[in-house]
Amino acid sequence: MDTAPRFLDAGEAALGVEFGAIVDPAINAKVLALDAALRAAAIAGVIETVPTYRALMVHYEPLELPRDDLVARIRVLLAHSGAAPSPRARWRLPVSYDPVDAEDLFALAAAAGLTPERVRALHAGAEYRAYMYGFAPGWLYLGGLPRELAVPRRATPRAPTPEGAILVGGGLALIAANSMPTGWYVVARTPERLFSLERAPSFFIEPGDAICFEGVDRATFAALEARVKAGDIVAQRERLA
Amino acid sequence: MSAAVRILSAGPGVTLQDGGRRGLLRFGVTPAGPMDVGAYAAVLMAAEAAIGAAAIEVSLGGVELAAEGETIGLAIAGGAFDIRLDGVSLPAACALALSPGARLSIRAGAGGAWCYVAPFAVVDLPLVLGSLATHVRSRLGPFGGRALQAGDALPLIALRSPPKEPLQILAPWLIPGLAPGAAPLRALPGPQDDYFSSAAETLFYETQWRVSPRCDRMAYRLDGAALDHARGHDIVSDGVARGAVQIPGDGAPLVLMADRQPTGGYPKIAHVIAADLDALAQLRPGEPVRFSRATHGEAVDARRTRAAQFSAGVALTPMLRRDVDASVLASVNLIDGVVDARRHSD
Repeated sequence: MDTAPRFLDAGEAALGVEFGAIVDPAINAKVLALDAALRAAAIAGVIETVPTYRALMVHYEPLELPRDDLVARIRVLLAHSGAAPSPRARWRLPVSYDPVDAEDLFALAAAAGLTPERVRALHAGAEYRAYMYGFAPGWLYLGGLPRELAVPRRATPRAPTPEGAILVGGGLALIAANSMPTGWYVVARTPERLFSLERAPSFFIEPGDAICFEGVDRATFAALEARVKAGDIVAQRERLA
Repeated sequence: MSAAVRILSAGPGVTLQDGGRRGLLRFGVTPAGPMDVGAYAAVLMAAEAAIGAAAIEVSLGGVELAAEGETIGLAIAGGAFDIRLDGVSLPAACALALSPGARLSIRAGAGGAWCYVAPFAVVDLPLVLGSLATHVRSRLGPFGGRALQAGDALPLIALRSPPKEPLQILAPWLIPGLAPGAAPLRALPGPQDDYFSSAAETLFYETQWRVSPRCDRMAYRLDGAALDHARGHDIVSDGVARGAVQIPGDGAPLVLMADRQPTGGYPKIAHVIAADLDALAQLRPGEPVRFSRATHGEAVDARRTRAAQFSAGVALTPMLRRDVDASVLASVNLIDGVVDARRHSD
């Protein structure tokens, strides 16, 4: 049986609609269903919605749309929204697991008590869910990491990651758009850019999409990287039923 | 020669801003935009600029500007900054005509942390993701998303006639800086107030906080007490609104400002209401601040009052004679002599 979401004020002009307290695909599906319904309803006074793991943040103008009216509109949408949407797309993202790119493969293997080959096989064999963007443009947080790879984050951050780093830490996975110091482990690297100003669209993976990693050799990586630099999207999109 | 505002010198943290980058929070894009929303609105009104138009945000580092090609009208307002046109002191909120060859200097003054400059014209730069707001951390905005620096030029089109004489800008909502005996800033509790003991919540509203030197466009850290978490300091990341008061592991509040991340993973004990957030933005490191509890209804009422002030607009009045009398001019010249001597000895 469904439990009603919690409505949480984040100041007078933002309302969090919280469907649960944990990272879970079913909870996230409710967040995305409400996000889609609210965007389709185009309610005057709703400025912007932000889906996250387990809650939808609704930024609104309370002088145009009083809080209680907004809550009432959301309740109606929740009562009438159909089944949660399944992923609209599955993306096959090329990655290099070559030790040159997978800088922390050995450290992660040691932390997980596995061989590097096993880490690679587990990581490449899973299907991930794009939960949310956060931190910086194009930083995409993923669920679906195999349990064997769920190691705590590093106690101290490592040196800045290369661009396109595929990261693992704290039971989650992350695709990093640009270079930053991080407490996560670099398990692979993609030539793809989830965010680029020199390309239309600047962003192409939507929250809720599914993602698989496909290992490529260094020569293929270099060729794909050249195409990305020329403005191509090299991830393969599979439409889902 | 086409018209432009040239940056002659700029301290750190001087950026171009507009109403902010909208619609892309879901992709991790920070909105940016002005720190003091009211002062930014005031300069746009005085310059008869469109809502959301671009303006220069001046930090405590200050800026010096020159006009190129044509005489350019500029509207200036914000904290109590020190404004000088060719060495002559002007009110901290004013509109003036900047002729080619003249030098406008805007420096930190008696109070306040941010000052805005809007041209009587349209800034003609390409939009980046739909906006001219600068977010230095993610390198988004004009000039490759960096702060303004000496030599930069803001090309201008659609120039409007500049004021014939310097005018003072009067707007009741402008905040010159820390006001002695100012009322506490109003904050709406939650949404994660259940992550804190009632003692920690009480401490938040009873502590006389000070703005930490660790403050920037992203967040103002507050020193004064450590707030204990009742249930740990990690939450599953969720959306973040401007004015959110996050309490990270060390217990020192972080009030999230214009450059906030769109999402965050620390519990939020309260949100500073929008009508009071500009007053926080204008505080300098070391200055005191307190918070009081507000209800959602009170926050909306304050928002409505402010919106009514904004729709009444600003008044532009000729300056009073005593603002530019001979003794002031004499002291101005003396001070300028000292400043120049320092500059030459650098």
